[in-house]
Amino acid sequence: MTSNAADSGWFESVDSGDLVAADLRAAIRTGAADAPTDWPTAAVDAGFAADTDDYYATLREATIEAAREAVAEREGADDQQLLHAVRAMDDATRTANELAERCHEWAATQFADVDSGIDGARDVATHEPTDPVEERIVSLAERIDGLATEADELREFIKRLAPEVAPNLAEMAGPVLAARLISLAGGLDSLAKKPSGTVQVLGAEDALFAHLAGRGPSPKHGIIYTHPYVNGTRPADRGSAARALAGKLTIAARIDHYSGDFRPEIHDELADRMATIRARADDDDGNDTEGSDD
Amino acid sequence: MTDLPDGIQQREFDGRQRLATRGQPVYGEPTDGEWRCWDAGRSKLGAMLENGMAIDLSGGEGVLYLGAASGTTVSHVADFAGPTYAVEFAPRPMGELLEVAEARKNLFPLLKDARKPDTYSHVVESDLDLLVQDVATRGQASVAVDNARFLADDGQLLLAIKARSEDVTADPETVFDEVCEELTDTYEITDRQRLDPSHDDHLGVVARKR
Repeated sequence: MTSNAADSGWFESVDSGDLVAADLRAAIRTGAADAPTDWPTAAVDAGFAADTDDYYATLREATIEAAREAVAEREGADDQQLLHAVRAMDDATRTANELAERCHEWAATQFADVDSGIDGARDVATHEPTDPVEERIVSLAERIDGLATEADELREFIKRLAPEVAPNLAEMAGPVLAARLISLAGGLDSLAKKPSGTVQVLGAEDALFAHLAGRGPSPKHGIIYTHPYVNGTRPADRGSAARALAGKLTIAARIDHYSGDFRPEIHDELADRMATIRARADDDDGNDTEGSDD
Repeated sequence: MTDLPDGIQQREFDGRQRLATRGQPVYGEPTDGEWRCWDAGRSKLGAMLENGMAIDLSGGEGVLYLGAASGTTVSHVADFAGPTYAVEFAPRPMGELLEVAEARKNLFPLLKDARKPDTYSHVVESDLDLLVQDVATRGQASVAVDNARFLADDGQLLLAIKARSEDVTADPETVFDEVCEELTDTYEITDRQRLDPSHDDHLGVVARKR
């Protein structure tokens, strides 16, 4: 056996004299190797196991325990944590921006060339205060820097968590929009139970109720407007694009809630549908014929 | 017709001859004594065997099974084979696969991504006899090629290709030809058959590592 970690078997990090379940699980879950080799023989040669039967018995225990632990962790990644994380991210971002405005206004009375926004506050935070007023301004700027950093870290956390909670929804919508949809619906289960027409206008409740009260047109899209499939489609076709996207998002949420496995085909189906919708613009440019196929 | 190893038999269930292996029942399949029926309608490998594809089995093989899902097929494989490594990526079916593994001494479940063999090369041994693959992901050929490292020099690949995972809009036969073409540097294809009607738009492929 080599001592190169990239080429060593899972059992080499485990103390064979004292088989601790946590070590066995970690060895299966976190190791890696460039190439396999005859691990059973290597384990016997290394004194890890008495014979290959003994090796397989330990391997069986280790793999079952490792898989059980990984399943428990992945299933513990629940939709409510995602909901709180995205709401906290939005609150942190909004508060940081509000405070940055206040900080800009105040700092401009004490320092020269203060930029507005978060970047401006981060500049102010680097000043060395020389009097009690500057001390307060710099301290405020430091809080803004911290708050904006927290918002960024929450966004990274959401990017990691969303694919585990809802693999299909996160793939289709992007992790942050997936988290927002779950947040607006109040959870993945209630999102999975909503009709696609509701998903299409989630986040546009004001416009929807204004429409229902007879005071405006029906909204074509809610929060899903932030998806490139909608905002990157020409205005005349955005209703179709939003309807197609919402339909597939609804299916993705249902697969994620009721089954949990990743289905590449629904993503391909949507891509195909969007290509058809966007082709209408080309048709109209080209020969002025009606490109609709609805 | 495939010569079946001792661990697989044709037995009569519901008035017709069907495949069966010996082991603890998993998915409510009919049983006859210690034999349990291998339902070809729920198992692509079962359908490949029942269709008489040229699969060379002798029993006791070392197996890497990619895309084990909840363990329907891999339970039968572990019944007749030797050490059986079962890779599945999704946590929910893995919960059911764990129950299958609990009832068998030679089945090693791994919650890993079949597209990243480095993450289980430290566990799965080399020189295996069989690579069974049934993964619903794009790039099924590259998964089979990347995992050839686990096979012995004349090891067999038993592959179920799902056309819809590669391209939903293309003609399945075109997809199958493309996937097989991508395999040919690494494998020599010895048999290919459509698995309709039990598995729509699936192709069974038997190949040997070059």
